[in-house]
Amino acid sequence: MSKRTIQLKMYRYDPDKDDKPYMQDYTLELEPSDKKLLDALVRLKSKDDSLSFRRSCREGVCGSDAMNVNGKNRLACLTDIDSLPQPIVLRPLPGLPVIRDLIVDMTQFFKQYHSIKPYLINDAPAPERERLQSPEDREELNGLYECILCACCSTSCPSFWWNPDKFVGPAGLLAAYRFLADTRDEATSERLDNLEDPYRLFRCHTIMNCVDVCPKSLNPTRAIGKIKDMMVSRAV
Amino acid sequence: MTVAKRTFDAVIVGAGGAGLRAALQLSEAGLKTAVLTKVFPTRSHTVAAQGGVAASLGNSTEDNWHWHMYDTVKGSDWLGDQDAIEFMCRKANEVVVELEHYGMPFDRTDNGKIYQRPFGGHSQNYGKSPVSRSCAAADRTGHAMLHALYQRNVRANTQFFVEWMALDLIRNADGDVLGVTALEMETGEVSIFHAKATIFATGGAGRIFHSSTNAFINTGDGLGMAARAGVPLEDMEFWQFHPTGVFGAGVLITEGVRGEGGILRNASGERFMERYAPNLKDLASRDVVSRSMVTEINEGRGCGPDKDHVLLDITHLSPETIMKRLPGIREISIQFAGVDPIKAPIPVVPTAHYQMGGIPTNYKGQVVAPKNGNPNAPITGFYAAGECACASVHGANRLGTNSLLDLLVFGKSAGESVVEDLSNGNLSLKPLPADAADVSLARLARLEGQTNGESVFDVGLEMRRTMQKHAGVFRFDKLLKEGVAAILDVAERSKRTEIKDKSKVWNTARTEALELDNLIEVAKATMVSAEARKESRGAHVRDDAPDTAEFPNGRNDNEWLKHTLWYRDGNRLEYKPVTMQPLSQDVDPIALAKRTY
Ligand SMILES: Cc1cc2nc3c(=O)[nH]c(=O)nc-3n(C[C@H](O)[C@H](O)[C@H](O)COP(=O)(O)OP(=O)(O)OC[C@H]3O[C@@H](n4cnc5c(N)ncnc54)[C@H](O)[C@@H]3O)c2cc1C
Ligand code: SF4
Ligand code: SF4
Ligand code: FES
Repeated sequence: MSKRTIQLKMYRYDPDKDDKPYMQDYTLELEPSDKKLLDALVRLKSKDDSLSFRRSCREGVCGSDAMNVNGKNRLACLTDIDSLPQPIVLRPLPGLPVIRDLIVDMTQFFKQYHSIKPYLINDAPAPERERLQSPEDREELNGLYECILCACCSTSCPSFWWNPDKFVGPAGLLAAYRFLADTRDEATSERLDNLEDPYRLFRCHTIMNCVDVCPKSLNPTRAIGKIKDMMVSRAV
Repeated sequence: MTVAKRTFDAVIVGAGGAGLRAALQLSEAGLKTAVLTKVFPTRSHTVAAQGGVAASLGNSTEDNWHWHMYDTVKGSDWLGDQDAIEFMCRKANEVVVELEHYGMPFDRTDNGKIYQRPFGGHSQNYGKSPVSRSCAAADRTGHAMLHALYQRNVRANTQFFVEWMALDLIRNADGDVLGVTALEMETGEVSIFHAKATIFATGGAGRIFHSSTNAFINTGDGLGMAARAGVPLEDMEFWQFHPTGVFGAGVLITEGVRGEGGILRNASGERFMERYAPNLKDLASRDVVSRSMVTEINEGRGCGPDKDHVLLDITHLSPETIMKRLPGIREISIQFAGVDPIKAPIPVVPTAHYQMGGIPTNYKGQVVAPKNGNPNAPITGFYAAGECACASVHGANRLGTNSLLDLLVFGKSAGESVVEDLSNGNLSLKPLPADAADVSLARLARLEGQTNGESVFDVGLEMRRTMQKHAGVFRFDKLLKEGVAAILDVAERSKRTEIKDKSKVWNTARTEALELDNLIEVAKATMVSAEARKESRGAHVRDDAPDTAEFPNGRNDNEWLKHTLWYRDGNRLEYKPVTMQPLSQDVDPIALAKRTY
């Protein structure tokens, strides 16, 4: 197999030495085993060790390597190199402060996640064995619990860009609904109170960017709609 | 460089399943605890576990902890300590039910209980027939578990230091452990975390091999830190090669696929496991299945143009079952093998997966080492749990789903031991030696000033290739001997790694160099321990120790029924006895026997 060469254009910024960010061009020769964008980045880093990005599982479950690829937020480890038009333009996730290169400061993202009380609340004395839940009730959690907190969605959401401190964002709201939908959770009204606010929930204008980019094919917009329905039905 | 000091009751290094479970125990007891982690907690590699966590709940088929204990001892090829194994199997129901109470979204049976599936090596009635013991959340059990544990820690207000890399263990002249040094990745600053108790939960080191199911971050940091500080590493020759890594990519396909009915086939479509394990077939223990696959490949019955893999077939399962029970596997297969398993079988090959050995502990999670004639003397202030520790419940071969259980049981017991040892007054804040940070600072200064060195990537590649070639699924006396020389050579080269990036901020070139230091310790321990063990047992199978009447399966209990202890200093080996006595009188020791499935 002949060697493949690709062109990349990458956002670079090291606060230790750069006054401001710049784009750097690379031409990279790939090995036959390099299939995913993450393989290419690892290969590139073996030649230029100053290139910084997060990565861990390389199989789309840890949520480390979200980045903006040719204008769209994706996980590098689940993106086929051959599917990308070149030069491949790589930028950090939009809307969050950049620490260095492709590494962003996720503090605000996690703060919003934490703000929805992302844990089961059930203060009844725990039974000796498991709490029972029917397979149908359990199925309600599908499409919700699988979130890997990669932030592809929230950082593609205009409402989150403008109000990252006030709008919970799609990932946090998906998590909020994950607990609202759990028959074992007893804090429904407390959770709804927590979101009853012009910003926290209602800044979502159903733009659907979040659904479009989620690498796990989850649907935050639908979850947000369900929360809104719950708000309405408890009001009447 | 100035080194800041921070003081805690306890510091936990690692926020995977084991670290998070331990942290809960400490936070809920109101102790001032710091949890350090290289990555945001839910990015730890526990997130990748697929198949399930073992517990004899008996929700679908009759089960009890005696059977589980028997399977685990047999699976370990009798190298597991029976006190720790009894402890783990008896605690299983409690810790799994707790997890359910924390909110873990387990799949459910029709009557609303936790769903359980069969898994390799787990049986009813002492090996008679497969049992459904693996508690599962689809094929995303690790993800569901890690998130549930993290969420519970959010509730408990646990204090995390995220993207902090621990560098070295701090001990005083008595050998007591006083904490760690750590590097904040965002700033490049080094701090001392001074504590009465230190718990290591740093996970595995599967990245010593070229082809591995492990994440990039699984670099054995806890083992490297322990080894550099003079703590021995136990049973490092035993590495599990998982039968079904995706051919070429290494990404795991859970054994749960075979639990749901998947079948391994060779080039002629034959279900070859029927020949090697007539009872449990495709669900025999992992070492047995991996060796059978390699034998098929070596004897020319492999698949593909190069006859270098076999096929995992689930095309006979209904698409509904696959979508419901194995949705993540379908995604992985499409992403990394390019096949939809509903329509075509998945190409697979045995892949390095799990380290059975680690930092020696007892069943309470206390780190132990030989001292004054006691082979298991606790090291004051030091605890470990999870894949980095060796309790030893997995012995020479781990059963699938027993690791997630290990994290829960020993994470919890390490936490409980710290709480107990603190309240007994057995632990105190001992004065820090003046040179507490010197080892770490010297390592950083060396990297900073290195010129004419080799790249971390090149040295790492050489290590991974050496391990893959010399310490793989089957082991050969000659290759092991050469392997020892080769890995010591790579270790020398690793002392001169050079990085070009000198930035203080998020310098991943630096962290990768520091990780390589740790990997190298693990690689040496593995190769040296493997070369020395002249028998076959569990995952360690050598050409010069074949199956004979005198030594069934090549196992030699007279000489080798003992744990290896590797010391970094001079690559010295010691041995200590296996605990054959269970913890209680409720069960008899499980007597030595030949292992067949
Ligand atoms: C793909 C895959 C599938 C698996 N499936 C199953 C299964 O179905 N059932 C089962 O029982 N077992 C399974 N296993 C095994 C099991 O998942 C692991 O053994 C287990 O999750 C390890 O957990 P841990 O808590 O010990 O470590 P990890 O989850 O790996 O966590 C290690 C932690 O330590 C931190 N850390 C490491 N070094 C440092 C440092 N220097 N400084 C600071 N922090 C550090 C990391 O940031 C991380 O938080 C699987 C393993 C793999 C690889
Ligand atoms: S649907 Fe709502 S949450 Fe999703 S991108 Fe649009 S505004 Fe944001
Ligand atoms: S919802 Fe999807 S895109 Fe958003 S954080 Fe979760 S996995 Fe990522
Ligand atoms: S590296 Fe884990 S999601 Fe890509």
